Amino acid sequence: MKQIRLKVNGLSHELEVKPWATLLDTLREDLGLTGTKEGCGQGECGACTVLMDGKPVNACLILAMEAQGKEILTIEGLAQGDELHPVQQAFVDIGGMQCGFCTPGMVLSAKALLDEKPEPTDEEIRKGLEGNFCRCTGYTKIIESVRAAVERMKG
Amino acid sequence: MEEYSVIGKRLPRIDAKEKVIGQAKYAADCSLPGMLWCKVARAPYAHARILHVDTSAALKVPGVKAVISGKDFGGYTWGFMATTRDEPPLAVDKVRYLYEGVAAVAAIDEETAEEACELIKVEYEELPGVFDPEEALREGSPVIHDYRPNNVSVEYHWSFGDVEKAFAESYIVREDRFETGKVITGFLEPPASLAYYDPSGSITVWPAKQSPYFHYRHLAACFRLPLSKIRIIQPFIGGGFGGTKNDSVAGDFCVVMLSKKAGKPVKYVYPMEEVLTTCRRRHNMIIYNKMGMTKEGILTAVESRVIGNGGAYTAIGPLTMYLTGCATTMPYRLPHYKYDAWRAFTNNPVSAAMRGHGFTHTRFACDIQMGMLAEELGIDPVEIKMRNAIDNPKRGEEYRTINGISFKTCGLKEALKSVAGERLWADKDRMEKEKGPISYGVGISGTTYQGGARQLGHQSCGAMVRICEDGTVNLITGATDCGQGSDTVLAMIAAEELGARYEDISIKRVDSAYTPVDPGSYGSRVTLLAGQATQLAARDAKKQLMQAAASAWGVAPDEVEIKSGFAYPKSKPDKRISFEKLAKIACYEGSGAVILGRGHSSYGLEEIDFNTGTGNGGTSYSFTAQTVRLGVDMETGKVDVTDFTIAHDGGMPLHPVSVESQNEGGAVQGQSQAMYEQFIMEKGFTHNRTLLDYKMPRSTDVPDIKVIDIITDDPDGPFGAKEASEGSIVSTPPALVDAIHAATGVWFKELPVTPEKIVRALKEKGKWPG
Repeated sequence: MKQIRLKVNGLSHELEVKPWATLLDTLREDLGLTGTKEGCGQGECGACTVLMDGKPVNACLILAMEAQGKEILTIEGLAQGDELHPVQQAFVDIGGMQCGFCTPGMVLSAKALLDEKPEPTDEEIRKGLEGNFCRCTGYTKIIESVRAAVERMKG
Repeated sequence: MEEYSVIGKRLPRIDAKEKVIGQAKYAADCSLPGMLWCKVARAPYAHARILHVDTSAALKVPGVKAVISGKDFGGYTWGFMATTRDEPPLAVDKVRYLYEGVAAVAAIDEETAEEACELIKVEYEELPGVFDPEEALREGSPVIHDYRPNNVSVEYHWSFGDVEKAFAESYIVREDRFETGKVITGFLEPPASLAYYDPSGSITVWPAKQSPYFHYRHLAACFRLPLSKIRIIQPFIGGGFGGTKNDSVAGDFCVVMLSKKAGKPVKYVYPMEEVLTTCRRRHNMIIYNKMGMTKEGILTAVESRVIGNGGAYTAIGPLTMYLTGCATTMPYRLPHYKYDAWRAFTNNPVSAAMRGHGFTHTRFACDIQMGMLAEELGIDPVEIKMRNAIDNPKRGEEYRTINGISFKTCGLKEALKSVAGERLWADKDRMEKEKGPISYGVGISGTTYQGGARQLGHQSCGAMVRICEDGTVNLITGATDCGQGSDTVLAMIAAEELGARYEDISIKRVDSAYTPVDPGSYGSRVTLLAGQATQLAARDAKKQLMQAAASAWGVAPDEVEIKSGFAYPKSKPDKRISFEKLAKIACYEGSGAVILGRGHSSYGLEEIDFNTGTGNGGTSYSFTAQTVRLGVDMETGKVDVTDFTIAHDGGMPLHPVSVESQNEGGAVQGQSQAMYEQFIMEKGFTHNRTLLDYKMPRSTDVPDIKVIDIITDDPDGPFGAKEASEGSIVSTPPALVDAIHAATGVWFKELPVTPEKIVRALKEKGKWPG
């Protein structure tokens, strides 16, 4: 077992992990942050997307030990108290989800995209969400949600 | 049409907030103190006799708490019908597909359980396998089940009218072979369950089930316990699409048996590889279709010979083959029809229901064949559909197909007119036809799907509406929202009917200890049947509220109006009180009145005869017309789909956001099975066993989608609704293949239409520019 210090959603945690433990397992099993989902476990589906220093990563492909010294943001850390992040609010308003299993990863990918490109084209939105599978919506309402988030963030 | 306060509004989904903040808990998110992890040990052969199972080495691994094998289930088998219960939770005497479960382990963590599985020693006698359904039906093929020595799992022979005479009198007759692909549901949430077998003799499970009451009955039968001792507490469900999450799988039974043995809670989560190699998938079907027409393009007869690749067990196969046969008799008038179907056992994973169940196969074949005949007859593709489409019955009348399927509304002609009038179709000859190596094409389809499925056995949905003293409402149903948005729709129905506010309705997940038994979320039935139950329960509760108000005001109950969150005497609308005040009056009446409305759907069971093909599998039917625009790279065969226009007759869109989203999602799933998805199988071995190799569409692969609601206001649906979840997965493949034909001049009859197939076909026709 290895001692690590992990900073998640602004809080530091002292943890003992197996050297091969993934960030995904550590978030879900050790920290109880089950909002990060495991779909394929192979970096394909994007359900486990979290932000590491602001960039979207597949938590199933990152070792917990590699995440030391980085700022990890999971879906649980996105809203400010009762106030949803504009991306979350846009997904609620537009109905950018069905089963919701891809939603945490999708919302975080969208946030990372808008942080980098506040006014993306449709093409850039599609490209920005390319790493996140959704089997339910056909992506239409998700893309509309991101467009609505752009408007919201413009204020 | 009536003006509604809640129905038809673009309200936020009732579960949206939990989902965007990561608080929606799915089965894999559940855990209990002392919980163990289960792994299933699987067979390395597609067909083999089990001679001996030795679990002793596995039991000795530190951290292993229990090990089971097939024999522990005492001969229990399950399946759709009493005569076809041929599947054991773990194989006992024989394995019939590669990686079928043979044993299972519960250990302190997943790694230990996996390590122990590898130490389970099973002695096998490998048997020759059979993997192709037509080969399986040939004499002398390896026998998969002793009770079906010819490998025929299901067999139907239906005949309506006189096809021979009709073909003889037809102006034109075509015969073609079609084949639909080997595809899987593709939910992102892998199957999982947490189980606790209480030593006092009751079971509690938290499983990922879209139809939890199937599982409820399976567990009662398997563990020989009364239903009252089976408690299913349902988490959120990460997508269903039929099959696996309707039914039970090995892990579902193993966690309960292991919990019984170990005395601790046990959880399993299938890795995606286990999903792609062992879970239920859509039937791959071969369809020999013969279609006749008059010179004017009027359908005279269809003869359809269908062979379904059933895989190793029967599961829900009898229904699949029934639906596959039914779908040919509509949505076009068909006077003569013959259907011969065989579902073959093969040594492949089990085929079962999937979104668009049955209909996707024969509607694809018939729609494409109609397009081929239109081309031969020189009739416009829209015109030929309009000439054959069933008319919308007049109010009070119904249309009855040749095999007894009946419906009171049919918006197909309106849907066809609608898409044909849209830019995509109307301007197709003015739009760019070629650009470099890209050839563009626009295609059309006109299809149908059943809603409000009524199968054998228990069919009715129940609901309870409980009024709280503060005017908020608990809606209690056994219906499952597996993502489609039914909780939202049911809450809207309750609010509308009660006269309450949508935001005051609360609905929780199924808990079989408290919620009414419900058949499940399949066959697009929830809005129709649980919706009707909710409507009736709300009406019952409202009646009780009206009585309480009437006695408080000294007026007759029917003098009380409740609407949009307020109540008032009809004659004195200015004396209105809030719904909250009304609830208080009602709940405080006497010594604590319980305002509880009850309702159940009344459609009941229609006589369906699988063997003759007569009966009515749904309460109503949706109709969809769709156009597709795409470009085919004539050098590489790559297809880029740019636009879908979908006109869908779902009766009445109760929650338009969900209706659109279902149409969009179904269409993309249909697109995917038409052009990407397919298992590459070799002797029962799945080559593409990861989501990297089994291709599903990403955000960059999907077209712009326009959904048009065709409103027919069905008299049988709650507030006029029909199904909205499956129509577009039926309409997309034929529209897409028609568009590929428009672009290339080639008809493709086998799904998926991959770039390789396109290039091969272009080469054969001398059209390949490379």
